[in-house]
Amino acid sequence: MLLIKNLTASINGTPVLKGIDLEIKAGEIHAIMGPNGSGKSTLGKVLAGHPAYEVTGGEVLFEGRDLFSMAADERARAGLFMGFQHPIEVPGVSNSSFLRLAYNKKAEAEGRDELDPLEFDDFIHEKIKLVAMREEFLDRSLNEGFSGGEKKRNEILQMAVLEPKLAILDELDSGLDIDALRVLGDAVNRLQRADRALLIITHFPRILETIQPHYVHVLSGGRILKSAGKELALELEERGYDWVLEASAAGGAR
Amino acid sequence: MSSTFNVVTSQEYKYGFVTDIEADSAAPGLSEDTIRFISAKKGEPDWLLEFRLKAYRHWLTMAEPDWAKVNYARPDFQAIVYYSAPKQKTPKYASMDEVDPELKRTFEKLGVPINEQAALAGVAVDVVFDSVSVTTTYKEKLATVGIIFCSFSEAVREHPELIKRYLGSVVPSSDNFYAALNSAVFTDGSFVFIPKGVTCPMDLSTYFRINNKDSGQFERTLIVAEEGASVSYLEGCTAPQFDTNQLHAAVVELVALDRASIKYSTVQNWYAGDKNGLGGIYNFVTKRGLCKGVASRISWTQVETGSAITWKYPSCILLGDESIGEFYSVALTNHKQQADTGTKMVHIGRNTKSTIISKGISAGDSSNSYRGLVKVQPKAEGARNFSQCDSMLIGQSCSASTFPYIEVQNRSARVEHEATTSKIGEEQLFYFQQRGIPAEEAISMIINGFCKDVFRELPMEFAVEATKLLSLKLEGSVG
Ligand SMILES: Nc1ncnc2c1ncn2[C@@H]1O[C@H](COP(=O)(O)OP(=O)(O)OP(=O)(O)O)[C@@H](O)[C@H]1O
Ligand SMILES: [Mg+2]
Repeated sequence: MLLIKNLTASINGTPVLKGIDLEIKAGEIHAIMGPNGSGKSTLGKVLAGHPAYEVTGGEVLFEGRDLFSMAADERARAGLFMGFQHPIEVPGVSNSSFLRLAYNKKAEAEGRDELDPLEFDDFIHEKIKLVAMREEFLDRSLNEGFSGGEKKRNEILQMAVLEPKLAILDELDSGLDIDALRVLGDAVNRLQRADRALLIITHFPRILETIQPHYVHVLSGGRILKSAGKELALELEERGYDWVLEASAAGGAR
Repeated sequence: MSSTFNVVTSQEYKYGFVTDIEADSAAPGLSEDTIRFISAKKGEPDWLLEFRLKAYRHWLTMAEPDWAKVNYARPDFQAIVYYSAPKQKTPKYASMDEVDPELKRTFEKLGVPINEQAALAGVAVDVVFDSVSVTTTYKEKLATVGIIFCSFSEAVREHPELIKRYLGSVVPSSDNFYAALNSAVFTDGSFVFIPKGVTCPMDLSTYFRINNKDSGQFERTLIVAEEGASVSYLEGCTAPQFDTNQLHAAVVELVALDRASIKYSTVQNWYAGDKNGLGGIYNFVTKRGLCKGVASRISWTQVETGSAITWKYPSCILLGDESIGEFYSVALTNHKQQADTGTKMVHIGRNTKSTIISKGISAGDSSNSYRGLVKVQPKAEGARNFSQCDSMLIGQSCSASTFPYIEVQNRSARVEHEATTSKIGEEQLFYFQQRGIPAEEAISMIINGFCKDVFRELPMEFAVEATKLLSLKLEGSVG
């Protein structure tokens, strides 16, 4: 589904990603962990097409297509979704009209019928149940004044509406209370299918107990230093990142 | 630092065509003779000629105002044509069939319903082309309930006593430089009179079109609502695309007697000049409403998207006790446009109330200023004002300013002012794009959200129109 080959990228002339190789196949769940500032969010935003980042080398194929030949909104309609670490607030735009426009843009691109406000109302009511969101949040301005946890819930609601092929979830778990973590973790699991894939960016193994990854990667200094099974997450929690960094330094630059 | 966030071009102005029609014009230039010429052309009574000459003599002593935050080459008042009318056999078309087919096509192209059969249901229209009113629809129907809706020239002929009583009663001919100029040379416009107790059964509308390259448009609108009457009035405007500037200096006067209500809505789309600031209309307009009676109400709603320069402050004089003044405004500037617009609310009567909601949107290299005065006079016991002025910036090189002036001379008054400035930033746009929404649609959605409180005040069709217009004006190379 996603094939990343020797990807390098910089922001304001500073290199942040220094050669990433990663393959994610349909049906797989990958987790990325790593120290603060190591480039995790950057990787997500580069894949999603954030205009501030410059791709300086490498190649990414999404479902066989050259990802970088597609505009950000095109990538989204093709099924790439990013749940943001810090979702932005948009005053004046109601959550429900935003969701409906996003849904209809994708439907249009796929040649499906668009939903009018009434049809969408029925549709969205099923979706908010999945993430246990209260109805009133639909009428509020997009993320405006939402608490950190409410914003994350809204991200997963958007994911449920768009049903992406590949969802990159950047620190979904930070700022969530224990119940919310379980609810949203379950929701993400329910959205996962054999023809979809997940890339979970996190600092904590806890969320990986609910959304169980097939692979855990350690990203540091803009490179993936180690990849292993889900047991790596717990080992990292016990031992920290230093041993990975040291082992990688000893093994020479990759 | 982004290469892709760049709202630079807007869709071409689609009303920029010129109608090729034979015109009956005065020679360029302004003198007492020009004024006598206009007055004679219109067969005006002596008192009106006197009104004009007095205004002209006063104008000669006045200086062009320079306090607004706008920069432009001052118009050469001797190069302007002060009278230009499509040539016609009879002074006024008796029926639509007599209107020049070329003119009819022009208004069809502009989407203005001048043919009653094809008209938007429920809107009567007065159509002004350069200096004269071409036609007024639904006039007879309105007359059955005593409503007068006609061109200004016709009102001077048919209802001189009303014109004499109210002309200049809200905006005196010496009020300001452009109002004085207008009072001297105004050519046509609309007159509305709603008699006691009558609620106007349909929206009334005037459509202004400047066609002649060298002509100025100086129209005059006067709306009078008697005791308990109410009316909703809409104004629309366009002009062809020339690389010179045309001057539009209108005067609008509204008078509301006891418990009367006047709602005045404008969607202004004069040609704004090109991307580099060449050409476009200078829109220097004086609009003022007098809430003369007890519990009367005047509400201005404007969506200003056009003109190279906009200088405009629709105001309310709240004379009657318990009268209400409202101002709802969206002003959008792009490229090199400059707008200095706002309102004045003058509280004179007791328990008068005013509301000001202003939304300024600047893009490109434009400059957008809100200038507003809230004045509470000593006798305005219990006066209340609420002002909300929000600015939205799109891109890096535009500017927005807010100049609120507050003068309170009564201690029981309550005046509240709130202001915000926001930016449509890269992060917001990226968020929309990441959800599959193209940047242009994202901007239009954000802008509509921003303007919601004003659009809500517009009549339905106008609101739809305004929404489309804003999107069009901001359409450009994003991404
Ligand atoms: N606009 C910017 N200008 C300069 N440097 C930036 C900018 N944005 C990000 N960076 C830098 O890029 C590096 C990677 O940041 P990124 O957000 O990808 O880290 P992260 O791994 O997601 O960290 P965290 O775990 O704290 O979320 C950091 O050193 C950060 O300071
Ligand atoms: Mg991060």
